Amino acid sequence: MIEVKNLSKRYGNHVAVKDANFSISEGEVVGFLGPNGAGKSTIMNILTGYISLTGGSAKIGGYDIIDYPEQAKRNIGYLPEHPPLYLDMTVREYLNFIYDLKNVKFPKNPHIDEICELVNIKDVENRLIKNLSKGYKQRVGIAQALVGNPNVLILDEPTVGLDPKQIIEIRKLIAALGKHHTVIVSSHILSEIQAVCKRILIINNGEIVADDTAENLSKKLSSDHTVKLRVQAPEKEVLKVLLGIRGVSDVKPLGSNEKGSVDFDIEPEENTDIRKEIFTRMSDRKWPVLELYTEEMSLEKIFLSLTDGSYNKSGKKSAKKDKKQLTDDDKSAVLEAVYGEE
Amino acid sequence: MKAVYKREMRAYFTMPIGYIVLAVMMALMGMYYSYMCQSNYFNISFVFSSISSIVLFIAPVITMRLFSEDRKQKVDQALFTAPVKLINIIMGKFFAALTLFMLPMAITLIYQILLMFTAEINWLTYLCDLLGVALLGSAIIAIGMFISALTESQIIAGIFGLAVSFFIMQIDYFATAVGLEWFKSICTAVSFITRYNAFTAGQLDFSNCVFFISVTAMFIYFTYVSFDKKRWA
Repeated sequence: MIEVKNLSKRYGNHVAVKDANFSISEGEVVGFLGPNGAGKSTIMNILTGYISLTGGSAKIGGYDIIDYPEQAKRNIGYLPEHPPLYLDMTVREYLNFIYDLKNVKFPKNPHIDEICELVNIKDVENRLIKNLSKGYKQRVGIAQALVGNPNVLILDEPTVGLDPKQIIEIRKLIAALGKHHTVIVSSHILSEIQAVCKRILIINNGEIVADDTAENLSKKLSSDHTVKLRVQAPEKEVLKVLLGIRGVSDVKPLGSNEKGSVDFDIEPEENTDIRKEIFTRMSDRKWPVLELYTEEMSLEKIFLSLTDGSYNKSGKKSAKKDKKQLTDDDKSAVLEAVYGEE
Repeated sequence: MKAVYKREMRAYFTMPIGYIVLAVMMALMGMYYSYMCQSNYFNISFVFSSISSIVLFIAPVITMRLFSEDRKQKVDQALFTAPVKLINIIMGKFFAALTLFMLPMAITLIYQILLMFTAEINWLTYLCDLLGVALLGSAIIAIGMFISALTESQIIAGIFGLAVSFFIMQIDYFATAVGLEWFKSICTAVSFITRYNAFTAGQLDFSNCVFFISVTAMFIYFTYVSFDKKRWA
């Protein structure tokens, strides 16, 4: 459905998108994940024909967006980051306008009724858009993209600025739309993308750094999870115990954040779950564990791990390998470094 | 094109701008009409020749919001990603502005009918007046639309448009102020007012028609290029 080859976009000396390659087949729900300014919106704007590309090509439904813009655009419904709404129109008037603008061939009223019901804006259809809440405006934006029933839906950060209830509703809506459309969603929040997309493209600094299923990516990334521990016990002794656990590759004492307790960041070796072992050791010594959890990998960490070479597409760690195997000597060296020689 | 046209016409009359334009134009035209009748002169061309400078100043008010408002509200993303040709969007907006501009002119038909009771009137010169004002209007609207395509701010588009109108109005003064013969001939050649006055004097000069149509086409093309260029930048 969508084929992008060596796509690049430059603004003067600034490279916004660098050699992007991907193809999306019909019926897929794909997420663009990346921090702000990574190039997600730029790629979307190029795919929808709003801005042009500097190099490479983009085809939608077999039509090149530069050579056959009208045919290509007919396949696309686009919700930009900021929903493109005429605030002085009512919802119905606005959707009628979009219907006329796109020159849609379906019967007008049933088509727009159907869309209003799908995105659940039937009860506000006669209100002025400027008086609607952000969540409703976003839905009108999605409705606008759906007019003409395009094969591909491109939604740029559809849940940004919404409250949690609205976010869940929009997610459900996207999941429902994914059954009949090819959908591209962008976000800078990992869990957001994981909730709706089967496939994720991670974009950083204008480059696609990973392209995999959500499952694979999270599996690969979760092996990197740091375990956080807060325990009521003397720091030095806990450190000794923790370093004695098999599967622990590194322990960082973080000091005390709560009266009488100490915090630690514990890095496990690859594919090992050390939480059970930590708990037993602590309970053996009657040290109350106040908190024990694995840290969700933040987007920054994902990018770091994806871009600094410690992660490659097959999921194997390479650069960090030597650091992972700590010998007993290393461990005592850590202890010494932290507390000085006893 | 029809969708954009309809939307723009609607916008003019949901916002006060359409009514303001109509009210100002009708008040001033009515004023000149009553002057005319008071001085026992019954030729409506007088009204048309008197309003040339008003036309120049009302046009930027009509055009200032055409594209700048869309850009500010980011609606341009919906327009330019819709499966329509760019030129259709531009022409839809252009014709909407021209329609609003011509509405008060159409009302002069009532003046003309009233005049029929008191004097013999020439319908051909009246048509010539209407054609002249339509051509002058489209040229200035095209210029104003181009200015509005350049900025996100309605205010800047409006002020810049007024400045351009002021310049156009002053061209005839430049011609007399500077003593150079070649400069004078250039100024008269590009003078909107001189060419417009020919219409209100009842002369249908083909070259004047071509001049206004060319200016209109040129600025519509500039508008087109400014968007096309933006897409390529």
